[in-house]
Amino acid sequence: MLDRDQVLHVARLARLELGEDEVGRMAEELSNVLDHIEKIRELDLEGVAPTSHVVDVVNALRADDPEPSLPRDVILAAAPEPLHDGFGVPSPGAA
Amino acid sequence: MSELIDLTAAQAAERVRAGETAAAELFDVYRERAAADGLNAYTWVAASAPPGNGQGGTPLGGVPVAVKDLFCTEGVPSQAASKILEGYRPPYTATVVAKLRDAGAPLLGKTNQDEFAMGSSNENSAFGPVLNPWDRGRVPGGSSGGSAAAVAAGLAPWAIGTDTGGSIRQPAALCGIVGLKPTYGACSRYGMIAFASSLDQAGPLTRDVTDAALMFRHMVGRDRHDSTSLDFPGEIELPRSEDLKGIKLGVPEDLTGAEGGIEPGVRESFEAALALAERLGASIEPCGLPHAPHALSAYYLIAPAEASANLARFDGVRYGLRVAGEEDLVTMYSRTREVGFGPEVKRRIMLGTYALSSGYYDAYYGTAQKVRTRIADDFREAFERFDFIVTPTSPCTAFELGSKTADPLAMYLNDFLAVPMSLAGIPAISIPSGLSGGLPVGFQLAGPAFSESRLLGAAYALERAIGFDGSKARA
Repeated sequence: MLDRDQVLHVARLARLELGEDEVGRMAEELSNVLDHIEKIRELDLEGVAPTSHVVDVVNALRADDPEPSLPRDVILAAAPEPLHDGFGVPSPGAA
Repeated sequence: MSELIDLTAAQAAERVRAGETAAAELFDVYRERAAADGLNAYTWVAASAPPGNGQGGTPLGGVPVAVKDLFCTEGVPSQAASKILEGYRPPYTATVVAKLRDAGAPLLGKTNQDEFAMGSSNENSAFGPVLNPWDRGRVPGGSSGGSAAAVAAGLAPWAIGTDTGGSIRQPAALCGIVGLKPTYGACSRYGMIAFASSLDQAGPLTRDVTDAALMFRHMVGRDRHDSTSLDFPGEIELPRSEDLKGIKLGVPEDLTGAEGGIEPGVRESFEAALALAERLGASIEPCGLPHAPHALSAYYLIAPAEASANLARFDGVRYGLRVAGEEDLVTMYSRTREVGFGPEVKRRIMLGTYALSSGYYDAYYGTAQKVRTRIADDFREAFERFDFIVTPTSPCTAFELGSKTADPLAMYLNDFLAVPMSLAGIPAISIPSGLSGGLPVGFQLAGPAFSESRLLGAAYALERAIGFDGSKARA
């Protein structure tokens, strides 16, 4: 059901590079799963409201009191490439 | 002092409180067992107990807890069993881990799991699979497989895991222990590396129901760091009831019928447990949950959709792995994610991204959300007539390592009996109901939101009547 082009399109949306062998396997595996899932589209769901969350909470607000954040150096310690007090990344325009 | 490992966590805590056992000795016994783990259940083991452990009469008496890898623990490796978080040591601790520590249950170690909690066999881990202590050629279930195997094998007094679509209950069933998935919102999700945010819940994996109640009591509560967490209404009581008089149990034939693929040995154990429940005074009747068979399909759209958004944060910028080269930003993202994620995680990201993509959103994600409403309505109606809904936890006992890895759909079908409760956000507990072919079988009870005290009470009465002996897995 999913063809190679669709798999590559979705992979691009997901920022996921797939190896050549992975593309074919993914197309087959996802098609199998989607075939099974398809069945729910036959249900009569006219007028049913969607549920995105089961907890009956709307606008959970907290007091707007400033408090200290974690120190910058603590956060940057986990980064692969800390740079000038920030996160270093390759240029979006390179290549 | 190997007899210490035959105590439940509640018994061990009592001994420490009574001054009969030193908390330090208890910690060391388990630390040594965890360090010598031959099941690949642990990814990291603590070097020592925190100073002062077990002193000052804490409610949990210094009895240490094993924690699923995906809970952030300050300064301790926490990578959700993924290569993409290699080397990550978080600068903060998850709320439930901190609450347990403050109640007197210090961190014993981090446990193996399916990568980002995606899996039903613990074979999708960057650390390799966990072995089932009942039969080392078989899986422990997943995704909290390391926590379940550690508790069953006596490598931990108790453990915590997370359940998104069965990830506490199914491994508990396959390892012959107790696993509780709480009501959504009962425990804070702060510091849990997210899979599907509208479904993820932390909960206990324990030797018995009393341990689950004792631990759960110290996990719940509203947390200002998680706006979906709620104050738990009332006190969580330690279970005492010895019968099930007046309790109405519903058996949902939509799930337990032919479509569920329940193995004969599992069905036999389930029916024997129902007969015991009846003898304890419960009434048992068929109950309808007409939309529940569609829960699996809805789940495998909703959970991957949420996962595809949650896992967007792993891009080689702020933590963990980066695959570097002379390339642009987007290529760095894509290569890092290709190398860092395992095959199942990629599959779910792809499925979720597809379900949310332009032109398919209404047909897939939107439809699944409506099915979710129907499933929650089915349960609501059922609980007008019944106290609890009961099913086997898993359609099968522990299967052989590698036997389902080539067929993702076959693996997903393991979750058939567990996902309906997750989508409805209601609590469910798995207790061992016996053995089939020498392997444990799980019995699942589900109740209305925030009915945990009653649910634990009923599970306790049934547990006593069943009299399951899990000592073989600790040998």
